[in-house]
Amino acid sequence: MLIPFFYMLREGGMKTSITELLTLLEAMKLGVAGTSVDDFYYLARAALVKDESQLDRFDRIFAAYFKGIEDSFEDLFQDVPEEWLRHQAELMLSEEERAQIEALGGFEELMKALRERLEEQDDRHEGGSKWIGTAGTSPFGAYGFNPEGVRMGQQGSRNRSAVKVWDRREYRNLDDSIELGTRNIKVALRRLRKFAREGAADQLDLDDTIDKTARNAGLLDIRMVPERHNAVKVLLCLDIGGSMDDHVRVCEELFSAASSEFKHLEYLYFHNFIYESLWKDNRRRHAERVSTLDISHKYGADYKLIFVGDATMSPYEIVYAGGSIEHWNEEPGAVWIKRLLNTYNKAIWLNPEPKERWDYTPSVKLTREIMDERMFPLTISGLDEGIKALH
Amino acid sequence: MVPASFFCGTEMAENRFTGTSTYVATDDLMLAVNAAVTLQRPILIKGEPGTGKTQLAMEVAGALGKPLYEWHIKSTTKAQQGLYEYDAVARLRDSQLGDDRVHNIANYIQHGKIWEAFESDEQPVLLIDEIDKADIEFPNDLLQELDRMEFYVYETKQLIAAKYRPIIVITSNNEKELPDAFLRRCFFHYIKFPDQDTMAKIVDVHFPKLKKDLLSEALNAFFKVREVPGLKKKPSTSELLDWIKLLLAEDIPAEALRAEDNRKAIPPLYGALLKNEQDVHLFERLVFLDRRAGQQ
Repeated sequence: MLIPFFYMLREGGMKTSITELLTLLEAMKLGVAGTSVDDFYYLARAALVKDESQLDRFDRIFAAYFKGIEDSFEDLFQDVPEEWLRHQAELMLSEEERAQIEALGGFEELMKALRERLEEQDDRHEGGSKWIGTAGTSPFGAYGFNPEGVRMGQQGSRNRSAVKVWDRREYRNLDDSIELGTRNIKVALRRLRKFAREGAADQLDLDDTIDKTARNAGLLDIRMVPERHNAVKVLLCLDIGGSMDDHVRVCEELFSAASSEFKHLEYLYFHNFIYESLWKDNRRRHAERVSTLDISHKYGADYKLIFVGDATMSPYEIVYAGGSIEHWNEEPGAVWIKRLLNTYNKAIWLNPEPKERWDYTPSVKLTREIMDERMFPLTISGLDEGIKALH
Repeated sequence: MVPASFFCGTEMAENRFTGTSTYVATDDLMLAVNAAVTLQRPILIKGEPGTGKTQLAMEVAGALGKPLYEWHIKSTTKAQQGLYEYDAVARLRDSQLGDDRVHNIANYIQHGKIWEAFESDEQPVLLIDEIDKADIEFPNDLLQELDRMEFYVYETKQLIAAKYRPIIVITSNNEKELPDAFLRRCFFHYIKFPDQDTMAKIVDVHFPKLKKDLLSEALNAFFKVREVPGLKKKPSTSELLDWIKLLLAEDIPAEALRAEDNRKAIPPLYGALLKNEQDVHLFERLVFLDRRAGQQ
């Protein structure tokens, strides 16, 4: 009986399984939930949702299904902010019409009337469509204010006297709010570690030897294991200062996670782009510099190279000699980074800027080309992809 | 719509958890717990630190009058340790010393918490606390045991099955994601941060004689601190309770917490609310700015 609901959940992007549906049905059969719909909602939630970030989505689908609303699922994933609506309305209205609205009591009044109309429509169609019509008699239609395709579901329900539990949408903030905390980064970085245990069994495994000897009733049974060397070596180059100030926190987190995760971690700082030298201590960045050539000589090719930076700068800083904003560089940054990339073929660039913005910045595009598209956003999923690319 | 008749079950659960005199449970939490008890499935509890996740298992055990077995998980905990451990080293030593015990391998099997719970003579409550602390594979290693409520001891070739299926309460702080296969077998409840009314009930349960005005002022101040933007760790229920305990111990009057003063004064003993050095600095700075703005 709940099968359509179940499929609606799945279409809505939830990973609800058959086992969970059966659990819910079993619980209902045993009478766990009383006769109230609220109880049923709580029970369905406990049985079908297993992650708090999914709770809000569940609430919306539940509301849509049990109110019988023809909810279009593309719209489920976004709310229409009032700002946008207002803007849209202003775009659509002519000067004259706007004057007429003013005469009606201004935009606020109009919005109020709009909401009321919305409720009326709701009632008339018995919880059917929440779309605003274009009827000629409607004041909205007459003024040409026709936000067709704008769904206002939550706005409408806010005005209701008795808000249903699932309509309160208390879990809204939890949706997709998984932050990039130190722990999460560590878990992501841990994947790099897995490949570190390889090689011939040439070391005595004390624990296992004792264990097997004891099981053997005291006869010595020697066990060997491959040497446990965490072979992963990481060279972390962090962009610092300037436009990176906005991303200090996430970089701090990445750094603290990385430094406790890898035994062989070397880190260096740069500003905007790689040139002939980098530095290890940001307070003495002008006094103590490390030559970029020395780096590739000192750290072997088995190091994995990770750049962290927003790669947002003038393209000159990458492709021209003398392009650096801090000093005169004899050779362009692109040449220096290519030298590093020649030594370290396992290299990625992590960018704290959101991926959608990358295309608007020419220097990001350039850097991506230089990096062979191995640029990843500094999020958990980006980090995951990046780690994969490092293998 | 679902017809109402569908909700009327044939059997009613004999055990129902309805909160206790020391624990305020919301409707949805009660229902989730009762579903887990009735269907004998584990229940997974998540929520902000300090919202009473671990406390829940103790209260369920107390309310239903059942023995409680607690298994606290650390980063080094292995799933096997919950079942049993074979102390091979002790046996080796005994074999060298010619101890007679060595002939019976059962002497060297140490029971874990799950085994203990399985052997309980009445239905127990088993708390698996902070399951996310353990290795990522940990929950997967327990799937079969929690599903069938039985496991096999290879050393002694015996099958240990639960006499009574325990009520299993699992808590998680979300440090790691749990595997889907594991989640599918559990009921889930997210303890959201209580609103002011629920919070007042919770405080009332802990400090029944608290004066009304002090309580409302303390709650106001507390929720105000929670609203300070940029706090790394927002104070939670357990911090509030500690703070009120301190306020009572120091005999701070309600007037000292009055909202009007809040612009100018830091709430007394706020160290109990903010546990993070950076948060304390941030808070002090904000209050200082507020105060300056107030003077102008």
